[in-house]
Amino acid sequence: MVFEGLADKLQQTFKKLRGRGKLSEADVNEAMREVRMALLEADVNFKVVKDFISRIKERAVGQEVMESLTPGQYVVKIVNDELTNLMGGTQSRITISSKPPTVVMLVGLQGAGKTTTAGKLAHYLKKQNKRPLLVAADIYRPAAIKQLEVLGEQLEIPVFSLGDRENPVTIAQKAIQRALAYANDIVIIDTAGRLHINEELMQELKSVKQAVKPHEILLVVDSMTGQDAVTVAENFNQQLGLDGVILTKLDGDARGGAALSIKAVTGCPIKFAGMGEKLDALEPFHPDRMASRILGM
Amino acid sequence: TGHGKIDEELLDDLEAILLSADVGVKTTGKLMQNIKAAIKKNEIQTADQLKPFLQDQINSILTGGETDGGKDYPAPFIIMVVGVNGVGKTTTIGKLGHYYRQQGRKVLLAAADTFRAAAIDQLEIWAGRTGAELIKHSEGSDPAAVAFDAVQAAKARKADVLIVDTAGRLHTKSNLMDELKKIRRVIAREIPDAPQETLLVLDATTGQNAVNQARTFGDVVQVSGVVLTKLDGTAKGGVVIAVKEELGVPVRWIGIGEGMDDLRPFDAAEFAGALFADK
Ligand SMILES: Nc1nc2c(ncn2[C@@H]2O[C@H](COP(=O)(O)OP(=O)(O)OP(=O)(O)O)[C@@H](O)[C@H]2O)c(=O)[nH]1
Ligand SMILES: Nc1nc2c(ncn2[C@@H]2O[C@H](COP(=O)(O)OP(=O)(O)OP(=O)(O)O)[C@@H](O)[C@H]2O)c(=O)[nH]1
Ligand SMILES: [K+]
Ligand SMILES: [Mg+2]
Ligand SMILES: [Mg+2]
Repeated sequence: MVFEGLADKLQQTFKKLRGRGKLSEADVNEAMREVRMALLEADVNFKVVKDFISRIKERAVGQEVMESLTPGQYVVKIVNDELTNLMGGTQSRITISSKPPTVVMLVGLQGAGKTTTAGKLAHYLKKQNKRPLLVAADIYRPAAIKQLEVLGEQLEIPVFSLGDRENPVTIAQKAIQRALAYANDIVIIDTAGRLHINEELMQELKSVKQAVKPHEILLVVDSMTGQDAVTVAENFNQQLGLDGVILTKLDGDARGGAALSIKAVTGCPIKFAGMGEKLDALEPFHPDRMASRILGM
Repeated sequence: TGHGKIDEELLDDLEAILLSADVGVKTTGKLMQNIKAAIKKNEIQTADQLKPFLQDQINSILTGGETDGGKDYPAPFIIMVVGVNGVGKTTTIGKLGHYYRQQGRKVLLAAADTFRAAAIDQLEIWAGRTGAELIKHSEGSDPAAVAFDAVQAAKARKADVLIVDTAGRLHTKSNLMDELKKIRRVIAREIPDAPQETLLVLDATTGQNAVNQARTFGDVVQVSGVVLTKLDGTAKGGVVIAVKEELGVPVRWIGIGEGMDDLRPFDAAEFAGALFADK
């Protein structure tokens, strides 16, 4: 599973510390060197790693540790605490508006998993007795609309499309009207993949945002993403104001350092995890459990 | 950097550049060791020699294995394209098809991703754009059967190039990897030595997981080269250095956009330079 490698490494490191009665500063430094390596191998952003390590070091050489009976375990606890903090503490949900429809817009880089996640999210909400409407606002990628339509058909969830000749703003606006007319209480807008540095396409998203005022703008991020995750998330957040993140492809062996990094840098909570290509493979994201899992505790 | 003295801070900055380019902690460590050794031996004396030294090192790791565009193979030149989900396989096939069509070659595309919603339609649009012919079955059918038909068609129609699209799959899923093996076997049974090229598509935004991807896809379908996509973003794709060094798999092409012209032969020196471009 994801994060396992990191957990193993940290455990090995702290096994060495656990045996000892007292920790010297050299012990702590040695352990932190290994934590640093493990986090970097897990694709945690190197700046985030730096801050993280210095925070832990500060606490680990402090009085509380030295005075505790089992300093090694105490350091493990500190790492776990800090990691949980970094991941965002408790689970965050999406906001359901008291005045339907709730509008959710999925955004992100090319190939991150937006269209698939739109289908999954619609399915997830339908099971909670919602009446979602999927909206095909990717007018660029070859067969993107068809892809969403196929998913909608499989899920028996309606898909709103105006083809690829109308602009996404119009598509989104008309979709809301259609949702109001047919009592769809959730509108999920699938947008085209784009680079955070593509001004024209980022402007397009801002225009959609302004036109339909989504309750949730969610950044879809591939969990295999490396150091760039932070840059991407910062840019999307600055330009659009994100309400959260959905992490995809967690069914592989990526360590998922992107999760840690994005939360640490943007403060945006991770709300869901994509666990496969199938349409039921979406789970609420639990930061606390995830942190424990990283450390194998 | 300047002409000045080389200090710890300068070396830390270099390390940061490498790490932030996804070069990875192991390969970065090695490169930094080499720098320190060169400083000791007086091969590096001033600060402004540091980056060129590193670029040189990276260049020499990555050099070798450039694409010859399939010139030396008898037709049909068969390219199988593999990789994890969403990295840019189908788009790359569109671009490659365009590249070969521009050379006046007859190109066939095989829609052996029968799994993902509208994957066949997507490839069909690319075939239309580039003037390639498409071999397809219906969604949900056996991808190996598509590959078989495509090879037959390539022979019968005297195609110069056949490019086989496959469904994205995580390298950790052994049943899906077995399916890939089967597709390859079917192709090889029809034409010995084929596929002459098996391209693994890696997304430049991917971090250290790309090494696992390259290792496992390599084990299963004998990857002969990498296509590094999405280099038009802010990610540098530095993990390919580890992929080349650890596994010996060279980068053949890079993707720099979503259009059909956005494909370039890989250039190691240019790539090494770009790692430090905006620093
Ligand atoms: N294994 C796995 N695959 C996923 C997951 N989520 C999406 N995918 C796959 O990732 C690939 C890309 O997904 P899409 O939904 O098309 O991605 P997108 O962000 O809409 O792509 P663009 O519209 O081209 O930007 C597809 O092959 C999906 O099946 C996941 O959680 N696990
Ligand atoms: N910016 C940029 N986007 C790219 C590049 N190559 C592909 N893409 C985009 O990445 C997304 C995914 O590309 P696909 O070709 O569908 O990827 P795939 O690997 O075939 O995906 P699956 O079949 O679902 O596994 C699409 O939106 C492409 O337009 C590139 O070089 N640069
Ligand atoms: K991706
Ligand atoms: Mg999409
Ligand atoms: Mg594809």
